[in-house]
Amino acid sequence: MPESPTLVVRVLRHPLMWPVLALGVLLVINVGVKPSFLDVRMQDGHLYGNVVDIMRNSAPVMLVALGMTLVIATRGIDLSVGAIAAIAAAVACTRIIGAGDEAALSTAVMAMTYAVVVCIALGAWNGLLVSVLGIQPIIATLILMVAGRGISMAITDGQITTVNNPWFSDLASGFVLTLPLAFLVAIGVLAFTAVLTRRTALGMLIESVGINPEASRLAGVRSRTIIWTVYAFSGFCAGLAGLVIAANTNSVNANSLGLWIELDAILAVVIGGTSLAGGRFSLMGTFIGALFIATLTRTIPNIGIPSDLNYLFKAVVVIAVCLLQSPKARAVLRAGRPSSPRPVPAKAGSPA
Amino acid sequence: MTQMTEPDVVTAPGTDPQPVIEMRDISITFGAVRALDEVSLRLFPGEVHALMGENGAGKSTLIKALTGVYTIDEGTVLVEGESHEFHSPAASQAAGISTVYQEVNLVPNLTVAENMLLGREPRRFGAISVREMNRRARRTLLHLGVDIDPRSVLDEHPIAVQQLVAIARAVDVEAKVLILDEPTSSLDADEVEKLFTVMRRLRDEGVAIVFVSHFLDQIYEIADRMTILRNGRLVEERMVAETTQLELVRLMIGRELETLERLDREAPNTEAESGTPVLKAVGLGRKNTLEATDLELFEGEVVGIAGLLGSGRTELARLLFGADHADTGELTVRSEKRRLRSPRHAIDRRIAFSSEDRKAEGVVQDLTVADNMLLALQASRGWLRPIPQATRTKLVTEYIKALDIRPADPTALMRNLSGGNQQKVLLARWLITQPDILILDEPTRGIDIGAKAQIQAKVAELAAQGMSVVFISAELEEVLRLSDRLVVMRDRRKIDERRNDDVSVRDVLEIIAGEAHPEGDPHA
Amino acid sequence: MSTVTARPDSAWDRVKDFTPPPRYIPIIATFALFVGLFGVGGMRYDGLTDPQVLISLLIDNAFLIVLGVGMTFVILTGGIDLSVGSVVALSTMIAAKTLQMGWSPYLSIAAVLLTGTVLGLLMGLLIHYFDIQPFIATLAGLFLARGLTYLISVESISINNSTFSELAFGTVYLGDYYIRWTALLALAVVAIAAYVLARTRFGRTVYAIGGSESSAMLMGLRVAFTKVGVYVISGFCAALAGLLFSLYILSGNSLHAIGMELDAIAAVVIGGTLLTGGRGYVVGTLLGVLVLGAIKTLISFDGTLSSYWIRIITGVLLLTFVVVQRFATRRQQ
Repeated sequence: MPESPTLVVRVLRHPLMWPVLALGVLLVINVGVKPSFLDVRMQDGHLYGNVVDIMRNSAPVMLVALGMTLVIATRGIDLSVGAIAAIAAAVACTRIIGAGDEAALSTAVMAMTYAVVVCIALGAWNGLLVSVLGIQPIIATLILMVAGRGISMAITDGQITTVNNPWFSDLASGFVLTLPLAFLVAIGVLAFTAVLTRRTALGMLIESVGINPEASRLAGVRSRTIIWTVYAFSGFCAGLAGLVIAANTNSVNANSLGLWIELDAILAVVIGGTSLAGGRFSLMGTFIGALFIATLTRTIPNIGIPSDLNYLFKAVVVIAVCLLQSPKARAVLRAGRPSSPRPVPAKAGSPA
Repeated sequence: MTQMTEPDVVTAPGTDPQPVIEMRDISITFGAVRALDEVSLRLFPGEVHALMGENGAGKSTLIKALTGVYTIDEGTVLVEGESHEFHSPAASQAAGISTVYQEVNLVPNLTVAENMLLGREPRRFGAISVREMNRRARRTLLHLGVDIDPRSVLDEHPIAVQQLVAIARAVDVEAKVLILDEPTSSLDADEVEKLFTVMRRLRDEGVAIVFVSHFLDQIYEIADRMTILRNGRLVEERMVAETTQLELVRLMIGRELETLERLDREAPNTEAESGTPVLKAVGLGRKNTLEATDLELFEGEVVGIAGLLGSGRTELARLLFGADHADTGELTVRSEKRRLRSPRHAIDRRIAFSSEDRKAEGVVQDLTVADNMLLALQASRGWLRPIPQATRTKLVTEYIKALDIRPADPTALMRNLSGGNQQKVLLARWLITQPDILILDEPTRGIDIGAKAQIQAKVAELAAQGMSVVFISAELEEVLRLSDRLVVMRDRRKIDERRNDDVSVRDVLEIIAGEAHPEGDPHA
Repeated sequence: MSTVTARPDSAWDRVKDFTPPPRYIPIIATFALFVGLFGVGGMRYDGLTDPQVLISLLIDNAFLIVLGVGMTFVILTGGIDLSVGSVVALSTMIAAKTLQMGWSPYLSIAAVLLTGTVLGLLMGLLIHYFDIQPFIATLAGLFLARGLTYLISVESISINNSTFSELAFGTVYLGDYYIRWTALLALAVVAIAAYVLARTRFGRTVYAIGGSESSAMLMGLRVAFTKVGVYVISGFCAALAGLLFSLYILSGNSLHAIGMELDAIAAVVIGGTLLTGGRGYVVGTLLGVLVLGAIKTLISFDGTLSSYWIRIITGVLLLTFVVVQRFATRRQQ
């Protein structure tokens, strides 16, 4: 290998290479089937087209996935995000209905603020179980995953609640600067997360705790605070996502709102190159991962397959990505190619 | 509930000329490292054979070669005179070699009987016969003189009993060779005695036992013969009865007595030992880890801790830093009595600790050199107050230069650095926090000579500037060269403390071997 | 620790001094909870104490019992299976579709069981041989099974095969009371699973892996076979549960059984099985399902409480068990 790798090699080695490539392949397939797929037109000062739809539809998953990225980086997982999203929607909708002026801007803002605060509290509850009681993340968040939809139904009294507030529905269908507001909110949270983690020391400390918890403890890192913070943040993100979803239909169905969004979010994180084993995380990777999922959802009807079948394709993606990340699978792949070095034998572990 | 029978009379090892196991000229290479270099080992039936050596001597590698965990590159293994190759632990077990590891490899949630017989349970009509299983387990246990209920769940028992159950499992397959890898490291004296009773019984039945322990007294109590390894090479095979403890320590540490002259060293800093100590431990101890220990550390002083692996040197360091909780004793930091509940507490009191286990407890492999260096300082500031970029650059460049870290690239990933450079980064991590007290546990282990000298020079410089240092190393020369005062540990106890003037490596060896008359504490 | 020698105490002394072994305490707690629920309910609502209510509990929850049994195997090894709800849906759909196509009911049943088993096998292989975390591998299974269900039909398909109806309503009378075949089948599954876990090497290896996988490996146990095996069993049980569910609901629908994996996991945990693996019994899972069923029955008897309380109460029970288990295991360490 030469001392300074060429541009091509550097691009090929870039961690975002694979997610971007996968997204590119999807787009090429779409254009191949329907050449006008990427067309964007201007109407009433708004942009319309498949690409714009993909942006808007990616927002909820992107929001949830940003919080999930930080949780996964600490070696955790948050299964409760779908339930938290349903609770956020329920809280906001019942607040809007209960307000004096249902259609007012202040009503929408108050309701959404209230919902988000509730969700941060729920996230902090998960953080409490994980960091203070030391319960495994998957188990700790399972509790709220089970109970959350019940709580959401209790808030809406088991009814599908419909609201009528134009400001609220703008969150999903509105446009700002020709772009969908929902997407801009997601971008905003992405930027906020980037600043939160990379302009403070949070990102470095999260990675440190995720890579080597014991070394971090001995270096004096307060991992309890860190873990607590990321779960609360994940609750915040899930709450926003719930609001966007509810705004999209102007209603909340506690049973189905945000169903399986935790799985989509985990998928987005994994596609983006953040390892489920924790450690280094990539917010841009998660961003592209969420776009990939939204594009996939759009691709399936576009190439003439019933959209309900997207689960099948997601299954394939999950397996493919996991196999690509699995060291064992890589070893098998490498062993198949005679030119490359053989996998390291088991004894190569440290001789201690 | 465990009841032991009287130990049998210790008999001389078998005079049978045929060893049950003979390993000849075994070599194993890991990448570029030659972990074993033409090592030979003979095991005779009816003897306890101690395998001796310090860290990195090759004990575990040799055991794993015998148990089929590692593949042998060169050399032969003879079992009762016939050549064998073990490619898996199962193959080795089938040849009659059973192993009990330090961390009990049983399943805590099943019963004692199941743990003994898992995988070979007696069956009737295809179903496991619990009654028969319990009967068989009780018979084996009683045979070993262990009276516990085989139906009880394993983790209801103390570690010592679990250890005995592991041995019972090993014995139940009618093992010819039983390997006990540090079985006594977490046992108290009574429990060790129970284990020895069982070992003697098995030996008298003709089993060859390989025994690894860091406690010299235990070796002299139980072992008949020993093989001493150093740096992956065979030093010597000896009869225990014909070897003094001093000779043994010398063989393990690897210095000829003739060459053990005092190294050039500046006069110890005697003025330091006055006033109030910056750190004072009284009766600091932890069950099954460290007996109550006193220690004082004064400003600008280097206290060296000498002792073999397992002597309690690392354990003491961890208690001083709050990395483990002390059960007894108290710690005074700058005349403030403190219970250190966590490393965080210790760091807030300006104590720093670099662990001996660089890989597991020191470096954060996937972060950059800069992040690794600044981790402790950043942790102290909390995540909301990042270190300003200018300060970051300044600190990192300064320490990369001061400690000559290579590559001198702050953005290099830690995993790509050599051990010596990683160690320097860790030293920098702590120096950046500007501690008053620096505890270094084997900071020079496994690193090249150049880096070692640089680290030693840095420690001396820091002490001259007023920092108090606790310096632990397996290398006695290094400890003697750096320290103003010397603490010697053995068998989890502090056995000696003296000012480091006119102390030679030989003196320390004699103290460790238990042949010198300890001086009193100079402060006493 | 108990003693080896028999004590010459009277029978009463032995009863008086009896303390159950700690490993049975979770099951006893669940049983007490179940009895308590019915005791309190029986005082408040007439008709709840009718034994037929109890039997109906078994009938109505037969599919969940079978599902829980499979999940118990997986959780005992320290794994988790998120795919079972989707496999249930897929099973109802395969049964409905094949019957609609005119297959023999027996062939249809065989197809369902084979599909579930193969899915379980695939997930097990991914988990063991490629070191993929159980939840992510079974997440792929969840998507795959749900996707296959939609592939077969997006519409709901009703089942009106006479053999199926006979099976569904096949009833055994015990004096004044009756029980359906499906419930008896579920109980048989519990019995077989209890036997396998307690008395076969496979079963004991399941516990050993949950206790310490590395120790199990060093002890020379068949870790690979067993680890893949539990997912095969879980897949088979999910398919069987799917059959029972389709007998109960007599239709195939891709929206069936959404979130049922959570019910199964909750039943296992409330039944006293440790989510980290190694401790628990299928009988506990049976009790766990009955507790969940009892809560449902009580809420429907009450009439004023809404059905969503079931989920909240389930969550609270889950929390209680998880936290208590956490402190119990922490104390032991």
